[in-house]
Amino acid sequence: MSEALASQPVNPVEPFLRSERMPHIWCPGCGIGTTVNCFARALVESKLALDKVAVVSGIGCTGRVAGYVRLDSFHTTHGRSIPFATGLKLANPGLTVVVYSGDGDLIAIGGNHFIHAARRNVDLKVICVNNFIYGMTGGQVAPTTPIGALATTSPYGCFERPFNLPFLAESSGAVYVARWTAYHVRFIAHSMVEAFHKKGFCFIEIIAPCPTLYQRRNRMGDGLDTMKYYKQKSVIKNGANTKDVALDFQGEIIVGKFVDIERPTLEETMDRQLHEALGNHYSGLGGQ
Amino acid sequence: MKADPKGVLTGTHFLDGNQACCEGALAAGANFAAGYPITPSTEIVERFASRTPAVNGTFLQMEDELASSIAIQGAIWGGAKAFTVTSGPGFSLMMEHIGYAAMTETPCVFVDVQRGGPSTGLPTLPGQGDMMQARWGSHGDYEIVALCPNSPQECFDLMVDAFNLAEQYRTPVMFMMDECVAHMTEKVMIPAADAIEIQPRRYTSLPPQRYRPFQPCADGIPEMVKVGEGYRIHVTGLTHDEQGYPATEWRTQEKLVRRLVEKIRRNTLKIVRYEESNTDDAEVIVVAYGITSRIALRAIKMAREEGIRAGLHRPIVVWPFTEARLRELRGKVKGFVVAEMNYGQMFGEVERCVAERARTLLVPHGGGMVHHPDDILEAIREVAR
Repeated sequence: MSEALASQPVNPVEPFLRSERMPHIWCPGCGIGTTVNCFARALVESKLALDKVAVVSGIGCTGRVAGYVRLDSFHTTHGRSIPFATGLKLANPGLTVVVYSGDGDLIAIGGNHFIHAARRNVDLKVICVNNFIYGMTGGQVAPTTPIGALATTSPYGCFERPFNLPFLAESSGAVYVARWTAYHVRFIAHSMVEAFHKKGFCFIEIIAPCPTLYQRRNRMGDGLDTMKYYKQKSVIKNGANTKDVALDFQGEIIVGKFVDIERPTLEETMDRQLHEALGNHYSGLGGQ
Repeated sequence: MKADPKGVLTGTHFLDGNQACCEGALAAGANFAAGYPITPSTEIVERFASRTPAVNGTFLQMEDELASSIAIQGAIWGGAKAFTVTSGPGFSLMMEHIGYAAMTETPCVFVDVQRGGPSTGLPTLPGQGDMMQARWGSHGDYEIVALCPNSPQECFDLMVDAFNLAEQYRTPVMFMMDECVAHMTEKVMIPAADAIEIQPRRYTSLPPQRYRPFQPCADGIPEMVKVGEGYRIHVTGLTHDEQGYPATEWRTQEKLVRRLVEKIRRNTLKIVRYEESNTDDAEVIVVAYGITSRIALRAIKMAREEGIRAGLHRPIVVWPFTEARLRELRGKVKGFVVAEMNYGQMFGEVERCVAERARTLLVPHGGGMVHHPDDILEAIREVAR
């Protein structure tokens, strides 16, 4: 390597990525890479021991995050990242377990696991990149697609009311719920740091563009146009009632930290009750 | 390595197959189970939930079998020894994660207490209709190991073996019980911990810089690490190279799938196990497994009383199948009678191995009730003629 090259500044995010796997599969203008950048910065800021952080993804474009971060990482089956992460966390409670996946994976095929993990309050950090569409399979309608939006399997516009993800997370039992768009990079990183330091089921929704399959089909322009839309139409309302943050097609986007409460985690409750019931016979959580 | 005495309930007990299966898992060192209630298997996890907190373990009842069958794999990569338990309808749901375990070489045990099917079928009554599903149920090509106990004692003994095989070959192992064996109560002798041999997990001794998660050792099986030790591994269900990275092209696929298949096929003779009685002079051999093998013994005794030299070949490891032994036997006998509580699942295997060099006759049964010995006897007579 020449000296000029050797003295090139290193991107601060690079140590967190499996750079030998670049280029990544994401399209130009896609928001997923932006969120990974925020994730890397949040890891630095949170000062977590990186050897004790695991990332678990499902299937889909966001599901590929696990393959690009230089951490113990698992690309599991479609919709099942949360139960995999639950087993991992319970068997090895010293880990920080991050679930990183998309709206279709976490909320459609994985919806049942999502609500149950939130109900249990397992100590998981769930990052959901919501692009309103199935990207990997070519732009099909999702349970997050707004009414009226076009997708390959809703060619006359989506007929179904979408899930309001923060409301779903809160009503299922999440102790931390935030929503940002890919425009709000500092807020995203800040929420991630807060989630890393909070015990329990934490949920961060990140609204992100899919220029190839959602924006283009719906004539919303490219990635940059979407950033402008996010900037103009986002309203920060920390503490907003999650009932009031549902999204319309191209309407206002309420973002912010909506929920930050204390509730014993599954691990804490399990540990306390087993201690009470079994006394000295109980050998402690984790089994190792 | 010897078993950790913490989980071993040494002594002579009066247990049913489900209870004995749970004790076998505990003796093997299982410290994590996830399950979803389903008859006739549920007593296994009920007992585990009660026993495991005192022996360093965790049980979690999941929201469905999809969750159970992947939660155990998260736990295993976290360092636990883990299993899940189900019956037919739940086993169908678990197929996705049997494939994931095969692809990611996650050493886990799936217990299937078989009931009558298809669909909801006969929830409380026996069947043996999942034998081919255990072998082929998930999509794509892979090999698994399956064991088939015929008594509560074997539910204990073979469960330890199931965990050992899973660790040895880094493969999902199917524990194919049936409702009769699950709910029959018999004497079960649990040995002292130091008399129970345990195959430890094959953890690597290489430093992170030199470790490649899916680089096979000489025997075709890669070494593992657990999460949180600084190895920063990547594990995927996609076709992957030795580093564990996705490589979706045919050469990597060929190399990986061939290895997944061959790590079991090449070791078939080490893995297969069977039990025989009266085969030395036999003219007719009954092939039966699980509860049906015990009915067959009665039919064989009755045949011998009539002067027909009948014997029993009972596969204990059912996958891989006892092919080499059947090829030996086929030249020595008039024929084989296959009795099973299904419509000919293992019979197809027997026919393949016998290859028309002797007669083969199926005694099928749809499940819900075990065979009547007379039906097996009639088939023995027919083949002896």
